[in-house]
Amino acid sequence: MGLTRRNMMLAGTSAFAVATFCGIPVLASAVDEHIADFTGGADAVAGAIELDAPEIAENGNTVPITVSAPGASSIMILAAGNPVPAVATFNFGPMSAARSGSTRIRLAKTQDVIAVAKMEDGSFQTTQATVKVTIGGCGG
Amino acid sequence: MAKGVKPRVKVPKTAAAGDMITIKTLISHKMESGQRKDKDGNKIPRSIINRFTCEFNGQSVIDVTIEPAISTNPYFKFDAVVPETGEFKFTWYDDDGSVYETAKNIAVG
Amino acid sequence: MTVTKLISASALVLIGGLAQAGESDTLSVEGQAMTTRVAAQAHTPNLDEVFSGWVFRTDETQALQMDDFENPGFVFVDKGIDLYAKVDGSEGKSCASCHENVEDFAGLRASMPRVVDGDVVSMENMVNDCRTERMGADAWKWSSADMTAITALIGLQSRGMPVNVKFDGDAAAQWQKGKELYYTRVGQLDMSCSNCHEDNYGNMIRADHLSQGQTNGFPTYRLKNAKLNSIHGRFKGCMKNIRATPFKEGGEEFQALELYLASRGNGLTVETPSVRN
Repeated sequence: MGLTRRNMMLAGTSAFAVATFCGIPVLASAVDEHIADFTGGADAVAGAIELDAPEIAENGNTVPITVSAPGASSIMILAAGNPVPAVATFNFGPMSAARSGSTRIRLAKTQDVIAVAKMEDGSFQTTQATVKVTIGGCGG
Repeated sequence: MAKGVKPRVKVPKTAAAGDMITIKTLISHKMESGQRKDKDGNKIPRSIINRFTCEFNGQSVIDVTIEPAISTNPYFKFDAVVPETGEFKFTWYDDDGSVYETAKNIAVG
Repeated sequence: MTVTKLISASALVLIGGLAQAGESDTLSVEGQAMTTRVAAQAHTPNLDEVFSGWVFRTDETQALQMDDFENPGFVFVDKGIDLYAKVDGSEGKSCASCHENVEDFAGLRASMPRVVDGDVVSMENMVNDCRTERMGADAWKWSSADMTAITALIGLQSRGMPVNVKFDGDAAAQWQKGKELYYTRVGQLDMSCSNCHEDNYGNMIRADHLSQGQTNGFPTYRLKNAKLNSIHGRFKGCMKNIRATPFKEGGEEFQALELYLASRGNGLTVETPSVRN
């Protein structure tokens, strides 16, 4: 059969598929590393933590989000699909009230935004939201 | 000092003792992420505000570690408990070493 | 025509998913009601209703304009306030030296641009005239940070007032010129302003929700570049998207177009500084 175009394409597709499959764990581990650093390896579970983000971002440059976790001492925010997943960490002091924060973030593409909260009792909570980010049509 | 950096904060002027108040802050800053490339294809180096703190009468309200994914003109909204009359101090730390500050008083009657 | 209908059909599906952005929303800023939809006037026969760009944005973007702190444009208005008081130029004056209270500019933005001796006069022209002829200072570039900060500050004084641009009598010739430009196809993509903003407002162009291209909110804070954008700056961007060589900012074509476009928004309220995509 030899090196026909069809064979090359099939080989290319499988190679791509393998690369993608192997690629996913590489991408996930950057996020996992951040979370492991933050939690010291402990499990983060669902809880009162809430993450408010738009379903569709009008512009990936400025995406408003709000995160809140009653009883949290700090909340870390990650953007799983950004070139660098770290976004911000809110550390609440003694004069903080509701343990929540709002900000505006940059998202490079459609992805999950992840929030992990360290609670005052040493436990961890997590939640996430998928935000669709579109490339504009004209927008100048 | 990065060019044209200007802070803007919103704090209520008065509160009752023990009230929870909402504080909003914004600072004009390009937040160069380090991902962009210039006309010749070279990466423009990162230059952002990397930390924001708010204190009330010397005690921490919030301390935010900031990464390049925070948008240009960083905005933060958060709350604080106000036990007494005092001063909120806001501080932003720039990658280039500059520190920007502003303060707002609040009267508890 | 078929292509337009196809786009319209798929657009309706997409609009449903765009979290209530649409022509029925009402805008109130700091307690002041704005007119974001109004019956079209006789000089815009191809429109039944005139809509502010605000109604076409997502809920989150609309919310940003409803509060003067949430509105990121206001940090630039603050800069405008500083500039207004700053002495600049050989005459040792600031804007405030002659124009003590910026509030006295109420109403100006609502009737801009004007036509004087056959030439269109934009707000940027007025600012630079003052700077060069009365302050002995350098002219500011049309879309520079300084200029947009000042035009935002001055425009803000007319916020909530209905746009009322004169386009007859002395202004008729320039208005006609602007109207022709509006309907003329240009660029590699061979499109005119009207193709998108009159024939297809409310539809999606790829992922953008098309507005009527009104100018009542300029200079506008765009999420896209996180700063204030001038009217001519926006024209330039649009022309680039059509793969046309843009006209010059501050030049005759853009000034005629600015006049025509402003007239299409007569009846809407000034929203400067607005927040857009």
